Amino acid sequence: MTETKGRVVGVNGNMVTVAFDGLVTMNEVAYVVVGEKKLKSEVIRIRGNLADLQVFEITRGIGVNDPVEFTGELLSVRLGPGLLQQIYDGLQNPLPELAEKCGFFLERGVYLSPLSEKKTWAFTPTVKVGDVVQRGDAVGTVPEGIFKHRIMVPFSFLDTYTVKSILPSGDYRITDTVAELVDSKGNIHPITMSFEWPVKRPITAYAERLRPDKPMVTKIRIIDTFIPVALGGTYCIPGPFGAGKTVLQQVTSRNAEVDIVIIAACGERAGEVVDTLKEFPLLIDPRTGRTLMERTVIICNTSSMPVAARESSVYTAVTIAEYYRQMGLHVLLLADSTSRWAQAMREMSGRLEEIPGEEAFPAYLESVIASFYERAGIVRLRDGSIGSVTIGGTVSPAGGNFEEPVTQATLKVVGAFHGLSRERSDARKYPAIHPLESWSKYKGSVNKEMTEYGRDILFRGNDVAQMMKVVGEEGTSLEDYIVYLKSEFLDDVYLQQDSFDPVDAAVSTERQQYVYNLIFDVLSTIFNLESKEEARKYFNQLRQKFRDWNGTEWESEEFAGKEKEIRTLIAEKKKGTEELALEILKKVSGS
Amino acid sequence: MRKVYSKIESIAGNVITVSAEGVRYGELAEVSSRHGKSLAEVIRLKEDKVSLQVFAGSRGISTGDEVRFLGHPMRVSFSDNLLGRIFDGSGRPRDGGTELVENLIEIGGPSVNPAKRIIPRKMVRTGIPMIDLFNSLVESQKLPIFSVSGEPYNPLLARIAMQAEVDIIILGGMGLKYDDYLFFKDTLEQGGALSRSIFFVHTASDPIVECLLVPDISLAVAERFALKGKRVLVLLTDMTNFADALKEIAITMEQVPSNRGYPGDLYSQLAARYEKAVDFEGAGSITILGVTTMPGDDVTHPIPDNTGYITEGQYYLRNGRIEPFGSLSRLKQMVNKDTRADHRALMDAMIKLYAAYKESLEKKSMGFRMSEWDNKLLKYGAIFEKEMMDLSVNIPLEQALDNGWRILAECFTKEETGLRSDLIAKFWPVK
Ligand SMILES: Nc1ncnc2c1ncn2[C@@H]1O[C@H](COP(=O)(O)OP(=O)(O)O)[C@@H](O)[C@H]1O
Ligand SMILES: [Mg+2]
Repeated sequence: MTETKGRVVGVNGNMVTVAFDGLVTMNEVAYVVVGEKKLKSEVIRIRGNLADLQVFEITRGIGVNDPVEFTGELLSVRLGPGLLQQIYDGLQNPLPELAEKCGFFLERGVYLSPLSEKKTWAFTPTVKVGDVVQRGDAVGTVPEGIFKHRIMVPFSFLDTYTVKSILPSGDYRITDTVAELVDSKGNIHPITMSFEWPVKRPITAYAERLRPDKPMVTKIRIIDTFIPVALGGTYCIPGPFGAGKTVLQQVTSRNAEVDIVIIAACGERAGEVVDTLKEFPLLIDPRTGRTLMERTVIICNTSSMPVAARESSVYTAVTIAEYYRQMGLHVLLLADSTSRWAQAMREMSGRLEEIPGEEAFPAYLESVIASFYERAGIVRLRDGSIGSVTIGGTVSPAGGNFEEPVTQATLKVVGAFHGLSRERSDARKYPAIHPLESWSKYKGSVNKEMTEYGRDILFRGNDVAQMMKVVGEEGTSLEDYIVYLKSEFLDDVYLQQDSFDPVDAAVSTERQQYVYNLIFDVLSTIFNLESKEEARKYFNQLRQKFRDWNGTEWESEEFAGKEKEIRTLIAEKKKGTEELALEILKKVSGS
Repeated sequence: MRKVYSKIESIAGNVITVSAEGVRYGELAEVSSRHGKSLAEVIRLKEDKVSLQVFAGSRGISTGDEVRFLGHPMRVSFSDNLLGRIFDGSGRPRDGGTELVENLIEIGGPSVNPAKRIIPRKMVRTGIPMIDLFNSLVESQKLPIFSVSGEPYNPLLARIAMQAEVDIIILGGMGLKYDDYLFFKDTLEQGGALSRSIFFVHTASDPIVECLLVPDISLAVAERFALKGKRVLVLLTDMTNFADALKEIAITMEQVPSNRGYPGDLYSQLAARYEKAVDFEGAGSITILGVTTMPGDDVTHPIPDNTGYITEGQYYLRNGRIEPFGSLSRLKQMVNKDTRADHRALMDAMIKLYAAYKESLEKKSMGFRMSEWDNKLLKYGAIFEKEMMDLSVNIPLEQALDNGWRILAECFTKEETGLRSDLIAKFWPVK
């Protein structure tokens, strides 16, 4: 606490105005004292001797003249071993421990240590006395589940340091001093296994930022094949309510090929977090043989929890993501929903009586969104290892209209856009990502020319469908009709995927490549079909067989059996192959 | 004895301002005027200026009227004595019974720790195929009926309430028409459910601010019963009136509106209420069924739009039927995996075909020749609407599933359904 004293002079929703004497820092943490309780708050505006605070708790019961204490510290998270598997609220309060202490309900003013101070960790030093280190360099490691958790020189250490002492291998607590460092002026700095970092400041203790060019595999066909995401990239999922944003993120959080997943449940339903919370400890990650929970951190500030803490929650999440990136790990941050975060900003901006922008969002909305996504990236660390933070955020546009400010501001900065469509979700075409409107700037794992060929069929099929609405089926040529059937086929058996089917839910890159080759064959085949009726029936059969195929285990006997049936069915009607496709195939096999 | 203030400095909308000391945010006061007494709640503090929203409205309040602060926030009495009783929006009896004053509990309490929630697992059977088969309702779900005025949403609400196996029914009425209030009362009475019901009813002729209290008071009581192990069903009708009351206060307080005059915190305000739906580990549960009438039949209007983002789905009522499109139960996958092996697949396949039917219908209306396939779809659509969508159908889920297969077999070949071969082998009806 600082010397500064304050007292409440006004309360308006979750904003409290405080008269103070002494020094106050912008964005420092302060506590409003109400009876026995101290309510955590953040200074968000200073005018003369008045400070406006956003209170991270319910403000009921606060009165004029209640005392306010200032800490002088910015809002920070505690970093160190033991973050994985945690379930925190937006301010890093551990929710299960809170439940043990307070029962069913969230009691305000109770703040628990985010990391266990009792637990010991098996420390192995990686430096010796006399070594020279900088911020972000490891002085040792501890095993945290399957990961080697690096114990690093705190990111706030801006000098170059010489190691004066370092503990030998052994079991220590996060608060034990593991090393002493001497700075260039000769001052000694003891360091422990944990330290704090302000959430709104990006961590930049790396050597170089690289271009995101490796795919982040989600095992969702439409994404990996057509609109891929890159490790260290950014993407957004806007969509009207019920279109499938949350389900899409949930399956991604299970199946994505990354080391660590940070889930930021930001201002949406608590029930959705419960699914993850209860199921992840039971689900085995086939890549590691350990439970999914062991690679997951959940930041949970759902819709009925205090709004100001919701605003902080995405920053808490991204800071933890950056921390693990500093260990040479690939981290995926999934935020659901960034619109609720934007709305939290809007509520505060309104209370501050700032001049409102479009739909009453603050004028700085765009720059805040941009700098948040800017915290994603793939980097080379000083020891040469590569780490990344990939950010995927859902957007919940008012009225499902993508023209609104949050969607627009997000689209300006992300590398991929997975737009969900109400039409597709109504027709139960899941995942309801619109295949024509969505885009990605990243490289995927299936040959680009082959996927472009598929996309072209989708566009042409869509044109035919539009035309048929005007001229009817009878006015459509057989050739066009088959293009339409091909596009429907691609949609039905490849773009659509059953998230609740044990096999179909997650499709490996290998399988995607393999299956897409056969899809490509269908798309590029000139078929020997005499009438529209015959064509429709034929494609129904194909669809049926592909669907069944999608449900068979990769490389199983049934898989091979179904494949054979499909190949036979194609061969029966094959007259030839489109010229363009032959050229593409030649190039692919040549390279 | 708390101090009485007798100088009201401003009156605007339903908000009054007095100069007072030692007042706390959210505290209640009693305002006495020539027309009687009303409760009021502190909604803003600025130095010694205290703004209060007056539950009975500010009409007839004079600058010289008395304001007495009560030193506590809004409370309601909680005990089994509530059962069978009818109250108004601020908890006063409207059935002529005695006022309840024992065991007062605060309303609008903190939210449940997400770590203490459990995954909902119990299906609520309604006998309505559009619900049981296509959008199963689950205990502890929060789900509104989206509707335009004039649709039979209150009868639907009452029908589900009577069919559901719950211990206690709480009706929170907001801007309820008197006839509708009587309808609920009669229906529950005839069903023998009145003695396990509690009504908090704000009618269309009551002061608007009281409407704001109805969800909180209903849910606070529901929460206590749930903690005692009861399965509680809360009916909130019509939440659009609640949202409009919020808008009115926001405008009075000169808040910057975000969308069509509604305050920027509409989402958080609605969420604070709907999120009270819960299944408590080791205790009871709260299920919330609401009604949201859509102004101008526009689902993108801020009230249904924000609601849709908060609730776990919605039933879209139109022309007296629950529409397959727009209707959604987000929790259906929690329960429909354990009903019957064909449930999920049949549900999806039938809806996909119904979507195709709608397209054929559109083509037909534009005068195009119908192909063989279109004709199949037209036949299917008609049967689907009659046997699945008509609200007079009242059958168990299993029968609805069997009917589904029969309808498919009547209209299509196996491949045309898009269902997987293993399911077809097992469930396709043999003639
Ligand atoms: N991939 C999917 N497969 C099957 N059903 C889905 C899928 N995605 C969404 N749904 C259905 O739609 C509902 C709403 O999805 P959700 O992700 O919660 O929507 P949003 O987050 O966009 O509001 C889900 O509860 C589920 O019933
Ligand atoms: Mg969602």
